[in-house]
Amino acid sequence: MEFDVVIVGAGPAGLSAAYHLKKLANDKQQDISVCVLEKGSEVGAHILSGAILETTALDELIPDWQEKGAPLTTPVTEDALYLLKDQQRATKVPGWAIPAPMHNNGNYIVSLGNVCRWLATQAEAIGVEIFPGFAAAEIAYDDNGRVKGVYTGDMGISKDGEQKDSYMPGMALYGKYTLFAEGCRGHLGKQLISQFKLDENSDPQHYGIGIKELWEIDPALHKSGLVVHGSGWPLDNDTTGGFFLYHADNNQVVVGLIVDLNYSNPHISPFDEFQQMKHHPLFADVLSTGKRLSYGARAIAKGGLNALPDMAFPGGLLIGCDAGTLNFAKIKGTHTAMKSGMIAAENVLNALIQDGQSGQDGQDNLPDTLTGFTDAFRDSWLHKELHASRNFGPAMHKFGPIMGGAYNWIEQNLFKGRLPWTLHDTKPDYAQMKPASECPEKHYPKPDGKLSFDKLSSVYLSNTNHEEDQPSHLRLLDPAIPVKVNLAKYNEPAQRYCPAGVYEIVEAESGPQLQINAQNCVHCKTCDIKDPSQNICWVPPEGTGGPNYPNM
Amino acid sequence: MKVLVTVKRVIDYNVKIRVKPDGSDVDLTNVKMAVNPFCEIAVEEAVRLKEKGIASEIVVVSVGGSEAQEQLRTALALGADRAILVESTANTESLNVAKLLAKVVEQEQPSLVIMGKQAIDSDNNQTGQMLAALCDMPQATFASEVSVADNSVTVTREIDGGLQTLSLQLPAIVTTDLRLNEPRYASLPNIMKAKCKPLATVTPDDLGVTLSAHTQLLGVNPPPQRSAGVKVKSVAELVDKLKNEAKVI
Ligand SMILES: Cc1cc2nc3c(=O)[nH]c(=O)nc-3n(C[C@H](O)[C@H](O)[C@H](O)COP(=O)(O)OP(=O)(O)OC[C@H]3O[C@@H](n4cnc5c(N)ncnc54)[C@H](O)[C@@H]3O)c2cc1C
Ligand code: SF4
Repeated sequence: MEFDVVIVGAGPAGLSAAYHLKKLANDKQQDISVCVLEKGSEVGAHILSGAILETTALDELIPDWQEKGAPLTTPVTEDALYLLKDQQRATKVPGWAIPAPMHNNGNYIVSLGNVCRWLATQAEAIGVEIFPGFAAAEIAYDDNGRVKGVYTGDMGISKDGEQKDSYMPGMALYGKYTLFAEGCRGHLGKQLISQFKLDENSDPQHYGIGIKELWEIDPALHKSGLVVHGSGWPLDNDTTGGFFLYHADNNQVVVGLIVDLNYSNPHISPFDEFQQMKHHPLFADVLSTGKRLSYGARAIAKGGLNALPDMAFPGGLLIGCDAGTLNFAKIKGTHTAMKSGMIAAENVLNALIQDGQSGQDGQDNLPDTLTGFTDAFRDSWLHKELHASRNFGPAMHKFGPIMGGAYNWIEQNLFKGRLPWTLHDTKPDYAQMKPASECPEKHYPKPDGKLSFDKLSSVYLSNTNHEEDQPSHLRLLDPAIPVKVNLAKYNEPAQRYCPAGVYEIVEAESGPQLQINAQNCVHCKTCDIKDPSQNICWVPPEGTGGPNYPNM
Repeated sequence: MKVLVTVKRVIDYNVKIRVKPDGSDVDLTNVKMAVNPFCEIAVEEAVRLKEKGIASEIVVVSVGGSEAQEQLRTALALGADRAILVESTANTESLNVAKLLAKVVEQEQPSLVIMGKQAIDSDNNQTGQMLAALCDMPQATFASEVSVADNSVTVTREIDGGLQTLSLQLPAIVTTDLRLNEPRYASLPNIMKAKCKPLATVTPDDLGVTLSAHTQLLGVNPPPQRSAGVKVKSVAELVDKLKNEAKVI
């Protein structure tokens, strides 16, 4: 099938691009066809975020979002920042000491999944075609190596690779331009970056894994609009990360922990750190009489401007977290992802209109690489914002959480991010892992079933489902490595960094073996990022597979 | 031959059901909804009849809110030809649905009505039977095989401990069981085409049906949580616990 523009991923970036493009085209009476592919069973099913939404981009995209019923109903009323010293004590950081980008006045506590659901209805209403349940599995190139679209995956293939009764072959979707908006560590984005060497001039991308739960709590303890951030216990001094606790509407709170994936101790389990964290009185006091409703996890691309690859390549653009537009100083990537989608839309439309005016000969005159995008991006508030926080992550990493925090406070509050130097962080996260024998072992307490839980009962709440009879979507480049290298040297950390219990070392007759429970996968992409041998390749499973997050 | 298929919008089978805090009903806010799996099987069966050249037109009908259009579009993408939404949110209890469907049957005059044996939300398993009574048509429930020839339909039914085969005069009503078929996936081009297929909306008033409530939902309770097990050290301790704590021996 052919469209003017094909967009991969119905997150904030993809949907903003689609809406903006169609809206501008309609305003100019241009008939432009736009389709969006989404691997989740519905829009929002695979979206997991905090989330505090800054409305800068939304105000530009749909100024009357309030009248149009956007699900932004809980304004932030209070910001608090804590340092957890140990399992009992916490220090509240005074307001003046909080780095400016972490202030949240004027922002809203939202379910990003629900915001995306709403954005999708707005986009459909003006003529965007959205196809949930279809993953873009491969990139289509033309003879000159220009991206001309994507192929969706085959459906109805059995474990052994045979066609089942329900077999349906994948389809080609061609577009004059293809926008990749797969979010953090998109599997096609990863291929594009290496194919077109987009990261030649940037630092390696850095990541975190965010684990989140939604709770319903005692109304007496609920303070709608309260935002709590912080870091410290139970993470050790070599492991950075931060937690969040937001009081949303309907007596619900979200609680989560983001652990930076540059940690070096392979014994660390981000999932268990999070479960343990909830026993701190700061959380336990709020949660212990409540009920956990949902669970999920997603990686976050936090390298910022220094790690941002070139976003334009022949035939398309990388937008949002697929490129890495998140502002880590604010821990916010939604408004930046949206803005990148909007800039993309404006430039794609210009190219299409110019082509329509000049192409009487039937030949297309579309520029291969949208250099206009690169210029417009550089002139935008988005670039300015990312530039101002470019040193935030590297400072934390270089000087540690305390001194790095102090550096960030000075840079962000006194100099507003305008210091003339740039700090770099050049070692990829997977390469940070040290051999297990050199690191202290971790012993996590057993979950109590009230505040803390095991992985399986957690994944259960993510409504994750994959058709069982299909090839595994977690591919090992070399099947021997998990045991020969990863187990021997690192005690196979996949058993611990995977937040869904997908990887298990089991004793077989021939010795230990890696078992992959692919049907539990919540599509967080951590294994693809953190495997010290870079031997795991995440590919999309059959369409609709994965979590079905409600309200996440 | 015209086939009428009914589809219901229900909570997706992958989603863990959550009861509202006040116990008044199941919480459906922002929850993924889908076509009831048994209805999907019904649509698939109709599409196969059409592919065999037996059915000439497939009409899908749903009773529900305007959101149910989504499920009707899904059915259209799977191969139905046109859709009817009977828009009604109040009182969608089985008897009311059956009464509304009876009117649609009267207007459409299908030779065969295929329905799911039950909806996975309310698990009532009665709308098909009620409709058969209201339309005075023969019925075959729990179908695991359906074949149409001349003026009759032969249906194999799954019954306790075996199979039963019935032959019914058309027009007739068949309700589907899980093993009847494995529904296909909707393809992208068919999803696109489905957006242009006709979908008519009617109200109970249009059909001349006045709905009244026969049942009232008093409350919904989640199943009790299983408490964690305990490990016993010896057989003696096990016997002791069974005898004195559980009091089962
Ligand atoms: C725990 C956590 C907390 C966060 N908190 C905040 C916060 O408070 N405020 C804030 O602003 N930001 C926050 N973020 C960041 C924010 O969620 C992201 O920056 C934002 O979602 C990025 O948007 P995106 O559109 O680029 O990607 P995503 O939101 O990841 O969306 C990508 C979409 O593409 C789909 N997709 C991927 N690959 C394919 C494929 N091959 N084919 C079809 N579909 C595909 C996915 O299913 C998904 O729906 C948080 C993130 C995490 C993980
Ligand atoms: S298998 Fe990989 S992508 Fe899936 S949940 Fe585990 S770490 Fe995340």
